[in-house]
Amino acid sequence: MYLCGLLEPVPCGLSDTMLSKSMQKYSIYALLRNALNFHENWHRAWRSPAPKPEYDVIIVGGGGHGLATAYYLAKEHGITNIAVLEKGWIGGGNTGRNTTIIRSNYLWDESAAMYEKSLQLFEGLSQELNFNIMFSQRGVMNLAHSLSDMRELKRRVNAIRLNGIDSEILTTIQIKELLPIINTSPQSRYPILGASLQKRAGIARHDAVAWGYARGADSHGVDIIQNCEVTGMLRKGGCITGVETTKGIIQAPKIGIVAAGHTSVLAAMAGIRLPLNSYPLQAMVSEPIKPIHPCVVMSNAVHVYVSQSDKGEMVLGAGIDGYHSYTQRGSFHVVEGQLGALCELFPIFSRLRLVRQWGGIVDISPDASPILSKTPIKGFYINGGWGTGGFKATPGSGWSFAHTIARDEPHELNAPFTLDRFVSGALIDEHGAAAVAH
Amino acid sequence: MSAGYRLQKGGLIDRKTRLNFTFNGQAMSGYEGDTLASALLASGTRIIGRSFKYHRPRGIFATGVEEPNALVQLERGPRTLPNQQATRISLYDGLIADSINCWPSPDYDAMSILGLFYRLIPAGFYYKTFMRPATAWRFYEYFIRHAAGLGCAPTEPDPDHYDKMNAHCDVLIVGAGPAGLTAALGATRSGARVILVDEQDQIGGWLLNENRIINGQPSKEWLNAAFLELNDTADAQILTKTTAFGYFDHNFIALCEHRGPTQVNGNGLSRQRIWRVRAKQVVLATGAIERPLVFADNDRPGVMLSGAVRAYAHRYGVAAGRRVLIFTNNDDAYRTGLALKEAGVAVPAIVDLRHDPSGELAVAAVRAGIEILDGSAVTRVLGSRGVTGVDIMNLNNTGDGVIGAPRRISCDVIATSGGWNPTIHLHSHSGGKTIFDKRRGIFLPSKTTEANFSVGAANGTFSLSDCLKAGMKIGKQAARNAGISSHNRRKAPVSIKEEEADSRLLWIVPTACPTSHKSRHFLDQANDVTVSDIQLAAREGYASIEHAKRYTTLGMAPDQGKTGNTHGLAVLSQVLGTEDPGETGTTTFRPPYTPVTIGALAGRDVGPLMDPIRMTPMHHWHELAGCAWEDVGQWKRPWYYPQNSEDGLKAVHRECLAVRNAVGILDASTLGKIDIRGPDAVILLNKVYTNSWESLKINRCRYGLMLSEDGMIFDDGVTTRLAKDHFLMTTTSGNAAQVLEWLEEWLQTEWPDLRVYCTSVTEQWANITICGPSARALLLEFTDDIDLTNESFPSMSMREGTIAGVNARVFRISYTGEISYEINVPASYGMHVWTALINAGKKYGITPFGTETMHVLRAEKGYIVVGQETDGTVIPSDLGMNWAVSEKKDFIGKRSLSRTNSMRTDRKQLVGLLTENPTTILPEGGQITAKQTLSTPTPMIGYITSSYYSAVLGHSIALALIKGGRELHGDCVFVPLEDKSIVATVINPIFYDIKGERLNG
Repeated sequence: MYLCGLLEPVPCGLSDTMLSKSMQKYSIYALLRNALNFHENWHRAWRSPAPKPEYDVIIVGGGGHGLATAYYLAKEHGITNIAVLEKGWIGGGNTGRNTTIIRSNYLWDESAAMYEKSLQLFEGLSQELNFNIMFSQRGVMNLAHSLSDMRELKRRVNAIRLNGIDSEILTTIQIKELLPIINTSPQSRYPILGASLQKRAGIARHDAVAWGYARGADSHGVDIIQNCEVTGMLRKGGCITGVETTKGIIQAPKIGIVAAGHTSVLAAMAGIRLPLNSYPLQAMVSEPIKPIHPCVVMSNAVHVYVSQSDKGEMVLGAGIDGYHSYTQRGSFHVVEGQLGALCELFPIFSRLRLVRQWGGIVDISPDASPILSKTPIKGFYINGGWGTGGFKATPGSGWSFAHTIARDEPHELNAPFTLDRFVSGALIDEHGAAAVAH
Repeated sequence: MSAGYRLQKGGLIDRKTRLNFTFNGQAMSGYEGDTLASALLASGTRIIGRSFKYHRPRGIFATGVEEPNALVQLERGPRTLPNQQATRISLYDGLIADSINCWPSPDYDAMSILGLFYRLIPAGFYYKTFMRPATAWRFYEYFIRHAAGLGCAPTEPDPDHYDKMNAHCDVLIVGAGPAGLTAALGATRSGARVILVDEQDQIGGWLLNENRIINGQPSKEWLNAAFLELNDTADAQILTKTTAFGYFDHNFIALCEHRGPTQVNGNGLSRQRIWRVRAKQVVLATGAIERPLVFADNDRPGVMLSGAVRAYAHRYGVAAGRRVLIFTNNDDAYRTGLALKEAGVAVPAIVDLRHDPSGELAVAAVRAGIEILDGSAVTRVLGSRGVTGVDIMNLNNTGDGVIGAPRRISCDVIATSGGWNPTIHLHSHSGGKTIFDKRRGIFLPSKTTEANFSVGAANGTFSLSDCLKAGMKIGKQAARNAGISSHNRRKAPVSIKEEEADSRLLWIVPTACPTSHKSRHFLDQANDVTVSDIQLAAREGYASIEHAKRYTTLGMAPDQGKTGNTHGLAVLSQVLGTEDPGETGTTTFRPPYTPVTIGALAGRDVGPLMDPIRMTPMHHWHELAGCAWEDVGQWKRPWYYPQNSEDGLKAVHRECLAVRNAVGILDASTLGKIDIRGPDAVILLNKVYTNSWESLKINRCRYGLMLSEDGMIFDDGVTTRLAKDHFLMTTTSGNAAQVLEWLEEWLQTEWPDLRVYCTSVTEQWANITICGPSARALLLEFTDDIDLTNESFPSMSMREGTIAGVNARVFRISYTGEISYEINVPASYGMHVWTALINAGKKYGITPFGTETMHVLRAEKGYIVVGQETDGTVIPSDLGMNWAVSEKKDFIGKRSLSRTNSMRTDRKQLVGLLTENPTTILPEGGQITAKQTLSTPTPMIGYITSSYYSAVLGHSIALALIKGGRELHGDCVFVPLEDKSIVATVINPIFYDIKGERLNG
């Protein structure tokens, strides 16, 4: 039965225009062909070029957002003379460290539009990139444990629906039907009173998102340069002119910073002080078990979020550590707290074992919404402040940031997410509004 | 040799105690001291399970935590445990184990058909297919998920419980092998407080697997003596069956101790417990883990680590096979050959990658009559379900190919050794750096960032005599570094050093045809990752070791690649043409070192203890009164008190009317109370509240709004001046801790010069609030030293006096619009005063009321609830509360109130809503639109924050935040729901007693 997956229908109607000619196409037939010669003829998914002295655009940060930006700059705006500079290996920051949840059930109109655009791009991304990112629309459930949780949840579901995004409220009985292993006992410390469910939401293979975008961008001629750390910004008057890196000076009239926890560090090199705080955020996985958890569960009061990867591991995360840090590790007691919450929601997981635990650095803005913006320096653009929720935004973030860089003006999607809003006060406050506290 | 594979003598097993167990339904037996793996080997069971991806038959490969293959489902029912390494299960009577990831049995597995398609499904194949049609991923995923996943989770809650311990010590020593033991002896003899931790059930480490001589006596006798000495030292604690699994900042080490009599239960004790140890010094004597040679089909049942084969013979008295071929690149494996020979097991040959091995051990092997095939390699393994023989060929000069004709040797076990990897996991957790030793092909700990030492095999010291010496030296040194000044001059124990020749590093053992064309060289058997997978990853540009790991899943199984990672790295380096795997770098080691039970990490913080329940002093009265509870933060608060068969709505009606018409009584003890004292208390209040506090007279109260820096309302409450330098601040129930933290953060970081102290007194006081027209009459009965007239005790003031014989602070603060007394008495008198009031109040119709009634009554008056009428986006003017904002002084958030967005006139503002039908209650959280006709996305102009049925008005009421709402009074708005849309009229948000006449009774 498993092999059914290998017998794919003939790929009719595949628009090859979206793939650049240089890209070797992936399909079951390509796999079959290559199996005959021991897979020795596969091309590199992306090249490893030396940096040129000058580009039209430099993207600093080779995570999902940066690579998506480069991809959409090339594909949507025809700008292909681009370098993506990554100080380590692409996708090695928060792209490869998150719990892979994708949803668009945000309260505020501005956020809902941005995350919904992302979700819609995710829905066709495997096909567009010809790289299976395994977007599994298994549904995301946000639990409510108190009267005020329920009130907030209803407010959100009403708003989300009026924004044209799917969302529904589940009773405790419906939750139990969908997810029999969850503890819905009214005797529990914080009994589950209800949940919202976004069926189109789900999880994806996070590394594949970075790799797929890298391959796509590379096929359009984008240079992805790894192990290249930016050490300084070059300015002339009010304009940006290039960067100093560990691989020398590289010039470009437009530079986009997409560096998550280190965005504020890079912006400071250009003399801009960003209102971002960097914190460790931890995540972990259990040992692999046979499928038992069909969707994604997020709870704020019993603070943990849980899904099961295709490999069978339970993927777990929750809130940030309470102190600032740039090290990609966190405190032990935070792990203990999350697993207590896990056992409360899923008592049968108590006997499973934790296999791996790690941390990432998240950049949190004052209103817990991103900054996707021009800056006072001409040609210098910022894409950061995604906090704990950046993975789900990867395509939309890259898509609108590409627009902002190419046109030197924000798209209406990211127009609200300016740097100016911290001066004007037009905040998009997701602290209070998000299902999980940022 | 007896029937089966048990040797006639030897081992640490108790042959008098026979233990029966069941494997895949088949009855078997072993001895006390066996592991499940040794008992299965003794019974001749070769295939334990099937592999993760290709479903290849797999057997026992190792002897400890590094085992990648022999995973079982242990026990059935609520205590079942998936994915347990048979090598780590101490055998007990009645044990039940089953194979995982195979159906119907490990011998005949339906999914092994996947093995036929292996060429179609190399590393990362799933990224290249399953994409069409776009909607079909869900379908593919279903099958992929069911094919993956190994064992099964229990289906019932965990019957066992877990504990936590906290400990401090001078020196924590991880690993009780020869280096760790001598370190412990060295440190304790110096007088240090020592904790010695080892994952095995007894001390000794790898020595338990050997027969060596220490101080002229068998190593086991030396171990006993060492144990006795440490056991008799008061300041030494030995924790066996305890794994140090994580090394965190500031020498904080997490341990997991297994306490139950068997793997699966606690037997009344906590099954496991987590130790959180803070050590002044840490000694990492974590030993080394053997790595195999990577040759064609090196995953067949019967291919085992050489050290493991020796361990099974020495420790468990089990011969891994009847004819054991040794395949090595180093001298240590010769010890295995010699041990087997001595035990009477046939050793057809030792195949050595090196030419002319000439070390002492090789000479001994020749003397023992073992044939040595030098400069040779195993090029083929015969027998897909268990080794039956091998082909051996000569290596060419460079070692990347084979020459000559193959020679076939029959054997049933291949004991392979590719050297030993120091166990540097904990060193790496702590942030320590590693360095690659090119000669030996191993990663060694280098720079440390914490106060620790690596010693013994963990530090690349493999000879027993050197380990004993180094351990003693480091133990003493660690004690000195921990501040222990006394010296001990005791010498390290000695052992004869056996000189060993260098090993030959050959990361891939070549075969006659190109690698992986006909056979597979496995690197990570747990995740079925082969050499060609790594080569493919590198070819496709996944050239960083982190990319290769993620692309191929190398080292990501529960064993975390303990036997395969170094080879994986070396193979990648080879493909990339960097000779030095050190340059490629390791992937980051992540805690935990070995998997840790989630329930143990949760400890006691589960079930009712998941979060402390906070109870007011009158909690039990409410309980007896049969109230419904509401969770407010950690507090339990009475929600309402249903009488007879009343439902919640009826109860709230009754309670509301009682307060409006007679008198109600509320337990408001959960309100946050912060005692603020000091000459600069007024300055602090002025900074954190929006209004001004200088003018507040003693014994008077004032309402204040607290903003965050962005100008948004963060908390509110009434603060009373008790004396010139002394205030009592009240906060919302849910925010009390955050407000105190907020004050402390500002005081400690920005205003350390202010002379003021803040102390939480929330739990020191019971707050009993009586309100309603009869409140004053009732209170009169209980006090003779407080004048309750409006003139001498006006609203928003406080009087101290005696209530029901108890010293009390009585506040005239009203949240209901009625005359109201908040009676604060010391918490221990709360119940006394409460019951006295209840008893005396009967004649007035006193009615206890809960949070829901409180909310209805305050909503009738248009009073806000922070967190309900506010959501972090609301500034004072939005709520029409600019009266509480001083224009003269500065305060936190003031600057933000003059931002352009704060000045906009179309901000959401607090309004009241009335429905046409008085019984229609608008849904809280309902969104509000200006138009009735809807298309998505629909512009929303606001939402409903509070909505109730007002019994006294006979009409539903609602509060809402609506854009420019104050200009919309009298207009109609719409509340679209899933099935209908409700019309409502915008009005002023005060519904009842608009002039506030009831406040004074």
